Amino acid sequence: MDASLIVFYVLAALLVLTSLMVVFLRNVVHCALALVAALFLIAVLFLTLNAPMVGILQILVYAGAIMVLFLFVIMFLNPVAQEPRRVLWWGLGSLAAVFLAGSLAVFMSNGESLVDPVAANEAFGSPEMLAKSLFTDFVLPFEIASVLLLVAIVGAVVLAKRES
Amino acid sequence: MIIDVGIVAAKAFLVLFMVLNLAGILGWIERKGSALIQDRIGANRASIFGLAGMGLVNTLIADPLKFLTKEDFVPPQGDKFLHTLAPCMALFIALVTFAVIPFGDVLVLGDRVINLQVANLNVGILYIFAIASLGVYGIVIGAWASNNKFSLLGGVRGSAQMFSYEIAMGLSVMGVLMIFGTLELQEIVRGQGTLIRDLLPDSVRFLTPAIGWLPAWGVFLQPLAFLLFFTAAVAETKRIPFDLPEGESELVAGYHVEYSGGKFLMFFAGEFAEVVTAAGLTVTLFFGGWQVPYLMRDGFHFPWGEVVLLPHLAVVLLQVGAFTVKVVFFCWLQILLRWSVPRFRYDQVMRLGWKMLLPLALLNMVVTAIVIIAVQ
Repeated sequence: MDASLIVFYVLAALLVLTSLMVVFLRNVVHCALALVAALFLIAVLFLTLNAPMVGILQILVYAGAIMVLFLFVIMFLNPVAQEPRRVLWWGLGSLAAVFLAGSLAVFMSNGESLVDPVAANEAFGSPEMLAKSLFTDFVLPFEIASVLLLVAIVGAVVLAKRES
Repeated sequence: MIIDVGIVAAKAFLVLFMVLNLAGILGWIERKGSALIQDRIGANRASIFGLAGMGLVNTLIADPLKFLTKEDFVPPQGDKFLHTLAPCMALFIALVTFAVIPFGDVLVLGDRVINLQVANLNVGILYIFAIASLGVYGIVIGAWASNNKFSLLGGVRGSAQMFSYEIAMGLSVMGVLMIFGTLELQEIVRGQGTLIRDLLPDSVRFLTPAIGWLPAWGVFLQPLAFLLFFTAAVAETKRIPFDLPEGESELVAGYHVEYSGGKFLMFFAGEFAEVVTAAGLTVTLFFGGWQVPYLMRDGFHFPWGEVVLLPHLAVVLLQVGAFTVKVVFFCWLQILLRWSVPRFRYDQVMRLGWKMLLPLALLNMVVTAIVIIAVQ
């Protein structure tokens, strides 16, 4: 077993652990912080897969920006742990889990893996390559996404400015 | 293999050692400097065998000892684990940013070429922004775990402030990145080693006698970006005039009101480490990093043609020394600011960030892009 595989298993184990903590911890702030840790670990996984740009953006956008706003809201509203319809949620959740595990088992029993787990070459995830593909092959979806974000920002401003 | 690991470990140790010690000495400079500005004597109480050492004994030995031996108070209704985690995160984030800041060019020892930078990432500057964006957590978690109204208010203020200024900070360096065409900090510093006369296009070649002798430092190419970046960087350190998260007059001490002893010391040291990092980043992006004007790898090449050759080791020492001097200067500038400028109101902080820095940074970016395309 080579070193990168060991690193992967350690990271994956920690990732599963933190993800479980997001679901099972009782305190909402603890859940949010576990999610931050999970997102950070995903970013490290990207780094080991020669995609530093995606990894850094993962931290910058998700762990550093979106989760801060989550925490902001949680701290302001301080939601009390509520447990209505607990049985229903457990039932639905278990059903979804069984379905996912089943489909995964079917795919894996075919003997071929879904994705090629070989790491991309070193230049693949570099900022230059990412920028090149964003501004040449995928320029239209990229621009459409930016328009979408602009609409969302304007919408947020309109909602915040509305006279009550 | 072992030697390579050893070299990286040595570089990491050196940088951590320098940053932490500079942070400690800044505590002393701050107290003595503020005394100088306010015509007082400053820290002079503690002494060893009658030697006060200009207050050094006070700030470097007596204060930390006092911090470390005091009771570590955790609010009974607070969150014990997160209350301990928060100052660790604050200090950790403040220290790891320096990993990508180059403190010298290459050091050649025998057949080994050592890049004087702890980690050379091809996403360099983005790493700094990613780490800086995590810096909010130290404040937010500490504020929430204290279970105190004042600290929560301070935490909310702190997260909103850091969030707002990160955007202005990120956009203000875009101009520099566009000019040098890279995200790697070492490459940005190397790019600042040329002279302005090499960058002038033919149409404005007549300016060469006037400004051609200047080194191509970021501050000469992007003066507005420097002002915006430095303002945002000072705001990120949460010191006066941007100390609203602490807000002594209205929030007691803001997010660290419930901290005492060693944990408070960690917040305190983290703040000074942030000052050092802000200075290091400003120097790297706008003041040539380790560059000494006209110093090439083999010695000085003055614009009037004179050449003074120097041995390799002297060049490296000059570069590392220049970087240190520049960083110390910008640390001092921040302390000077802290003791000369009155603090903002909170709405003024937000207005400055969103309505002045952000549009100016965007304008700077667009103008820079147009100029670059026109020159090409």
